[in-house]
Amino acid sequence: MAAVEVENLSVHYGPLRAVDGVSFTAAFGEVTAVLGPNGAGKTSTIEICEGFRRPTSGSARVLGLDPWTQRTELHREVGVMLQDGGVYPSARVGETVAQFCRLYNRGASADELVARVGLAERATAMWRRLSGGEKQRLCLALALAARPRVAFLDEPTSGVDVNGRDDVRGIIRDLAGEGCAVVLATHELDEAERLADQVVLFNRGQIVANSTLANLRSSRTTVRFRSSSSLDAAALARHVGLDVAENNDEFTISFSSPDSSMASDLVSRISVWLGSNSLPLHDLNVGGERLEDIFRMLTKDKGS
Amino acid sequence: MSPLSAQIGAELSLVRRNGEQLLVTLGIPLLLLGFFGSVDILPTDTDEPVDFLVPGILALAIMSTSMVSLGIATGFERSYLVLKRLAATPLGTGRLIVAKTIAVACVEAVQMALLVALGLTLGWGPASANWLFALAAVVVGTFAFAGIGLTLAGNLRGEVNLAAANGLYLVLLLLGGVLFPLDRLPAFLEVIGRATPTHALADVLADSLMSTGAHTATSWLVLGAWAIIMPMVAARTFRWS
Repeated sequence: MAAVEVENLSVHYGPLRAVDGVSFTAAFGEVTAVLGPNGAGKTSTIEICEGFRRPTSGSARVLGLDPWTQRTELHREVGVMLQDGGVYPSARVGETVAQFCRLYNRGASADELVARVGLAERATAMWRRLSGGEKQRLCLALALAARPRVAFLDEPTSGVDVNGRDDVRGIIRDLAGEGCAVVLATHELDEAERLADQVVLFNRGQIVANSTLANLRSSRTTVRFRSSSSLDAAALARHVGLDVAENNDEFTISFSSPDSSMASDLVSRISVWLGSNSLPLHDLNVGGERLEDIFRMLTKDKGS
Repeated sequence: MSPLSAQIGAELSLVRRNGEQLLVTLGIPLLLLGFFGSVDILPTDTDEPVDFLVPGILALAIMSTSMVSLGIATGFERSYLVLKRLAATPLGTGRLIVAKTIAVACVEAVQMALLVALGLTLGWGPASANWLFALAAVVVGTFAFAGIGLTLAGNLRGEVNLAAANGLYLVLLLLGGVLFPLDRLPAFLEVIGRATPTHALADVLADSLMSTGAHTATSWLVLGAWAIIMPMVAARTFRWS
């Protein structure tokens, strides 16, 4: 049994199909990154899995339970981290974590959790006095108070400084290492790339990619190089017969082909074309696609 | 420790932490009773103004705790997503409501004790008081006012809810027959006043504590209707986030 099973799920708000027949699973011991532009349907889908809303059609099962009708049972074993908020402004770090440990009553130690998320020295600070990063750490601690078998984490490193991000990522890896199914909603593609075993990419209410990160990256080959800003990307695209993306003098050509000789053939055609147009060629790189490129390609004409 | 006792602890801690709200909840009724019970300037139609004032001020105190305090705190909890976060724990809606009710009951117990003590100090003499009826009135009144407070809290933004709850408190204070008999108001305002839960509660409390001999069946009906309808409206319309 997968920890999270979403089957043909749809959510409609009036005429808007926020989520349109999506299916995916999240496994125990893995980090599943749920990605997508704003309004792509991620939050609605995750909120159904968390038991906050009902689907219009289709189903979601978490730990084999219906999140809407079996909420109380489910919430004993699920940790939830909201994107922001969730704590009373005058509540103190230590007492809030202690309250949540008592609510879950699963043996988590408040002091240990506060220390684990790096807030031991801020244990008596009120929520309203915390920095953005500290608030995220506290919210993570509240999710961990459940000793969860499934954790839904929404933007866990938003506002966290660079060192803090490493700490939070370490905690998430440890969670998955302990067998917890971590469902990570994030806009930080770098974070997803570092943490995710599985990637579910939403766009316009549908899933446009659902695979392991390794499979996603190897499914397409990318030739990336730098040249002069005067390079006419449209002319090069016509020459090689593929789309050419430009970003700050970096040009990217991505293609799907099982034939590895296509990459070397493409490189030689690019190099000849650049030479014939008296344009330089720098930092040539051929390899699997970055998650950011995949994200752009699959969502470029849509979303915000 | 069970989730319920954990949440009761959190609710009571929240009451303590919101000291300014507690001050208003306890302070305003005490101030009104102390001042108007000492100086005979209100048209209370009784020999001792305190005899008229105590039941009404008790009703006012219940209104301030179960409608204003509870409503404002819950409204802000909703806008801060505290309720949404709690909804993702094993606590459950039922235990959350029980925890809030117990916190309200604790504050009301302190209010009642302080107000009765102040009333007795000012010369109030409860005559053949039926404390059981009075307690029943307090419970029914709490349901009525909590229903109103949670209806506002569940539908309005935090700041708007704050203004609405305080505004309604003032209106009900003036129209509820707490500081002066309703027959001193213009006829149309008297009709409105008699339909308010504040007057209904003050009326049944007065009869329970002072054996006024008034026919309180209508007031019981009015209070009961508010106590049934408003919690239902709150439950149907409440938005958790």
